[in-house]
Amino acid sequence: MERPLTQNIRQGEAPLNLEQYERAGGYQALRKALLTMTPRGVQEEVKKANLLGRGGAGVATAFKWRFVPLGDDAPYPKYFIVNGDEMEPGTFKDRLLMEGDPHQLIESAILCSYAIEANIAYIFLRWAYRKSARLIGAAIQEAYQAGYLGENILGSNYSLELHLHSSAGRYICGEETGLLNALEGKPSMPRAKPPFPQTSGLFGQPTIVNNVETVCNVPHIINNGSDWFKSLSKTGDGGTKIYGVSGNVNNPGAWELPMGTTLRELIEEHAGGMRDGYTFRGALPGGASTGFLLEKHLDLPMDFITMNKAGTRLGTGTVIVLDDQTSVVGMMKNLMHFFAQESCGWCIPCREGLPWIEKVVHAIASGKGKKTDIQWLERQCKLLGPGNTFCALAPGAIAPLQSAIQYFREDFESLIAE
Amino acid sequence: MAAVYIDNIAYEMDEKLNLLQAALSKGLDIPYFCWHPALGSAGSCRLCAVKQFKDEHDTQGKIVMSCMTPVQDGTRFSIHDPEVTAFRKSILEFLMVNHPHDCPICDEGGECHLQDMTVMTGHNYREYRFKKRTFRNQNLGPLINHEMNRCIQCYRCERFYTDYAGGDDLHHFGAHNRIYFGRFEDGPFKNEFSGNLVEICPTGVFTDKTLKQHYTRKWDLQTAPSVCVHCAVGCNTVPGERYGTLRRIRNRYNGEINKYFLCDRGRYGYEFVNHENRARHPMLHQKEKRFVSISMEEAKQQLEQIATHSRGLIGIGSPRAPLESNYALWKLVGKENFFAGVDDNEFQIQQTIIDIFQNGPVRSPSLQDIRKADAVLILGEDLTNTAPMMALAVRQAVRNQASKISRSVGIPDWQDAAVHNAIQDKKGPLFVLTAAETKLDTIAQESLHAAPGDIARLGYAIAHALDSSAPPVGGMTNEEEALVKQITQALLQADRPLIISGCSLNREVVESAANAAWALQKKKTDVQLAYSMMECNSFGLALLTNQSLRSANQTLDAGHADTVIILENDLYRRGSQQDIDALLNKAETIIVLDHMTHSTTERADLVLPASTFAEGSGTFVNQEGRAQRYYQVFIPEGDIQDSWRWLRAMEPIQNDTLRRWNRLDDVISALSSEFPQFQPVKDIAPTADYRAAGQKIPRQTYRYSGRTAINAHREIHEPKPKDDVDSPLAFSMEGYTGVPPAPLIHSFWAPGWNSIQSVNKFQSEVDGPLRGGDPGKRLIESNQTAAPAYFHSIPDTFQATEEGVLFVPLYHIFGSEELSVQSPGIHQLAAIPYLSMHPQTAETMNLEEGDLVEIEGIETDIEFPLKLDISIPPGLAGYPAGLPQLKGAAFPLFGTVKRMVKEGRISSPHD
Repeated sequence: MERPLTQNIRQGEAPLNLEQYERAGGYQALRKALLTMTPRGVQEEVKKANLLGRGGAGVATAFKWRFVPLGDDAPYPKYFIVNGDEMEPGTFKDRLLMEGDPHQLIESAILCSYAIEANIAYIFLRWAYRKSARLIGAAIQEAYQAGYLGENILGSNYSLELHLHSSAGRYICGEETGLLNALEGKPSMPRAKPPFPQTSGLFGQPTIVNNVETVCNVPHIINNGSDWFKSLSKTGDGGTKIYGVSGNVNNPGAWELPMGTTLRELIEEHAGGMRDGYTFRGALPGGASTGFLLEKHLDLPMDFITMNKAGTRLGTGTVIVLDDQTSVVGMMKNLMHFFAQESCGWCIPCREGLPWIEKVVHAIASGKGKKTDIQWLERQCKLLGPGNTFCALAPGAIAPLQSAIQYFREDFESLIAE
Repeated sequence: MAAVYIDNIAYEMDEKLNLLQAALSKGLDIPYFCWHPALGSAGSCRLCAVKQFKDEHDTQGKIVMSCMTPVQDGTRFSIHDPEVTAFRKSILEFLMVNHPHDCPICDEGGECHLQDMTVMTGHNYREYRFKKRTFRNQNLGPLINHEMNRCIQCYRCERFYTDYAGGDDLHHFGAHNRIYFGRFEDGPFKNEFSGNLVEICPTGVFTDKTLKQHYTRKWDLQTAPSVCVHCAVGCNTVPGERYGTLRRIRNRYNGEINKYFLCDRGRYGYEFVNHENRARHPMLHQKEKRFVSISMEEAKQQLEQIATHSRGLIGIGSPRAPLESNYALWKLVGKENFFAGVDDNEFQIQQTIIDIFQNGPVRSPSLQDIRKADAVLILGEDLTNTAPMMALAVRQAVRNQASKISRSVGIPDWQDAAVHNAIQDKKGPLFVLTAAETKLDTIAQESLHAAPGDIARLGYAIAHALDSSAPPVGGMTNEEEALVKQITQALLQADRPLIISGCSLNREVVESAANAAWALQKKKTDVQLAYSMMECNSFGLALLTNQSLRSANQTLDAGHADTVIILENDLYRRGSQQDIDALLNKAETIIVLDHMTHSTTERADLVLPASTFAEGSGTFVNQEGRAQRYYQVFIPEGDIQDSWRWLRAMEPIQNDTLRRWNRLDDVISALSSEFPQFQPVKDIAPTADYRAAGQKIPRQTYRYSGRTAINAHREIHEPKPKDDVDSPLAFSMEGYTGVPPAPLIHSFWAPGWNSIQSVNKFQSEVDGPLRGGDPGKRLIESNQTAAPAYFHSIPDTFQATEEGVLFVPLYHIFGSEELSVQSPGIHQLAAIPYLSMHPQTAETMNLEEGDLVEIEGIETDIEFPLKLDISIPPGLAGYPAGLPQLKGAAFPLFGTVKRMVKEGRISSPHD
């Protein structure tokens, strides 16, 4: 089984430096693209590969790129941003890539920047990822010295500046447009779309924001072609996926597996099954802002389309397992606390609704719930649904709660009855 | 235009608008918080939610925000769909989670947009059972009260203050449900437009602290349409009175002028009306007893006697008195005996400006025209301090070229945040050439600080660069040439270039601005030229007379007159103590009509109490040349009346012109027929005979309380309301309750809309003119075909010398204006005397920051602490203009400055 994204990563070992990375075939894709392919050509290959965004939304990467104006008449400068603000609860897949193979990230960032003819690129990093910051910072220096960054890269006439920016540390900074505001030095609040960042993004210029895992696929697509990429997957969504598992399992961790691996395989094979005395009750498939999967879903392939059909989302693909010993309501209390705290404060339903929801869930968890609370929570979940709030934070926040009430209603009721 | 279906009814809507604005324009009620017609859409509050349907078969639909939805042909929406109605209701419930239940004691109550929206959405029962969030409030100084617990976080305050008005000390702090709006520390707001927060805020976070000092419920205020008296811009206002005290000023929308906003001087300067130094009764000067109060009848007898025995009368008019009173005095004393009561330099400048507008080809713009300009050159004027609302208009104008960027990527102008993101800090061309740093410098493409003469030279040079037949300027430096070229190109490339100057400095600056505008006019069609003036009726007085105050001396010297009638003026603000003393010493009798007592009333033999803007009605002409009517708000205590009414008694009985004037309309019709240029004045508002549906228009609201009891301490019977012969307004709560003609709108209210947001019910379309047209009429239109000769008086380059400094006046929004500074709040914030100069200049005179200096030729006890200011060119010294402490201290043009020597005093740190 091929594991292109993690092929250079050895547990417990330092990541490859520039020389080692080059020896392992690194920067070949960049060389190929810059010297033999047009930006549009790179986009075409990625389009054929059907690479879907790994940040959680699953938007086709090439589709996103397509709206960036190219050519001499395009606005100057244009920006490419790698979103490394991995703050989704339970999610640690990008960290693996950033700490494990920083040069792969840099090569990928340059390639993607080239695909949209960006002049300036940023890696926007979660504040807490100090180790990633150190490693990426060192790798950027090496790349500049080797001429992979800066003026006239590899004699191709293409130039790029790459900067590392550590976030000030809020969940909403990871939202595409909230990230842009944060990078501009403004409070991180999302922007209305349209206009999309492709036309008016960072500092008002055309901008693309892609997730770390997403971009890391690009050199491999360029090296091996789109057909190879599609063949890695078990389903229609191309490539591999870094899945992760946390919770009361024997071997929590993250693994690069074919896209469409089942939840059962993930938990039983890779995570080593449930710990003794714990029984599987359900799982959030992709971070905190996705709805639950149950035992009946264990054999579904974990890809974007299937998960949507199952009433949830693939999200980040890092699974949080719920067992029979853990309080669902307590878990919801923690999650609602997180989301209420991380609401940026821009729109009313999210800003005022989430803290209220948190208080009600907390009341239920501490035995002070009222009979009407469950219905009330269900109503709030509808009010905070997609389109009703300014961005996707609130709809994401209520996704686990809504499905918890749907699947584990008795847990809520029993606490109120007591 | 697009056909949009709302609840299955087709409406024609403008595609340039968002659905919310378009729907409000059609008279539909969609509730909202964060949207504001001047600020555009933010999408934050989610209250303007409506249901959008794909087509007529779609019954499901989806919720969209009407403020973020562009008007598109064939789209279908519902406002009343049950799901979206419930959603809007829940938004209010969310807000009520933390909003305190303090409506009964909240200053905003009764005029609160949050109250209105709560009622409109139908929210009335709140399920929340936990603790409310609380904040600490800030002391924001004497003008604005802060009560953060009421905040609903709509972000309007910050968007107005920062994005619209250019302020930098109001921000939101924190995140999630603890967003805090305030300053980083306690203290008054630094921005000149902060008072608008009380109207921008949809609830009671920011409220009017001056109103709080003498609070009354908003519906208990008696109001009338008015015009601001604190500068020459002529913003429209609504003053409110209760129990004989003026309580507050609120904005009165005029699409051509101030629209939704006022400056802080205009909003908070009103309290001079309540000042204890008001003249309320006629006062006769009797040598041994000083002033004694006399009755109105006695005063009239005195006036008749003086008139009968006088060898002749001269009149000194006032730039802060209405046209009618100035005209009455003009009529009484005769054209050749009427003089403008303004400072000589300012008088010359004003006459030049009138001449430029009357005989030149370039027109003066309204504030709305200024907001639409796309390249602006300012010569010599610190607009933020001399004509604040003009500066606010310029701040909008600089966005016009920049917003081409956002339009080019398909962002509609109403999508405010997106426009800001797209254009970032890019600004259209604005060039500011002034004597010292101004606030507009920060948004200018180029700003330059120079001596007044050098500013004029640049203006002349720009004119010459635009049209070689304009006189050339010799001896320009390379930098100056480059700047001239840059400005010239920007003006030529613009679609609506605008040149602004004013009365701050000298005639040459004003003339150079005219040259530049005229030269530009030869190349372009849509050129505009604005001059700021100093007072609310400066323009009107300058149209009425071309005789200066100085020339009054000659008439008195010649012995043709021995009686001076001074109209609403403190002459000691118009010249040096010495000059004014000399003038007044020549008169045997001095009559002063004014509402304040001051140094000039001290010299009077007879003082007659005149009405302020709130106690009388009349007409002011603003700096644009627009005549506007203001109306009496309340009946004052005492013998106060309009000056023209007093003057009637002085007319010889056989003349019988003034004596026939019983109503304001009589004066206006005489004025309009006597002067062709004042002819439109009679058409700016309905006459006193106007009736709406047979009724007068009440000054009091529907809900005005205590009518039958308000005078009970004096008289148990409810008195008949006093008749107002001057206007179709009544001192009553009875009368016509519909929307009156625009000039007579005295308050904004509509069913369900108790806050100022109700203005949308009075506009022909949201953000457009008031229904029936915005009030006011322009008295001067330029003559497009005129080709006047260019001005030629090009000054020499200024050279700093060691012999002395060139004095330049610097203006302060708080302090430089006579009336507003009498208001306690403004007085507290007013500038204090200082002298400022470049460190280099100070060094040549051995002076240091903070040194107390004296100025040769000025006899005054005032100490001038020295301020070092690197923005002032070397060789110049700036002083604060118009401060009450500096009255009578006429600064020389050029003079010496030295450190003050204090006799018999050893300075110590404890001084």
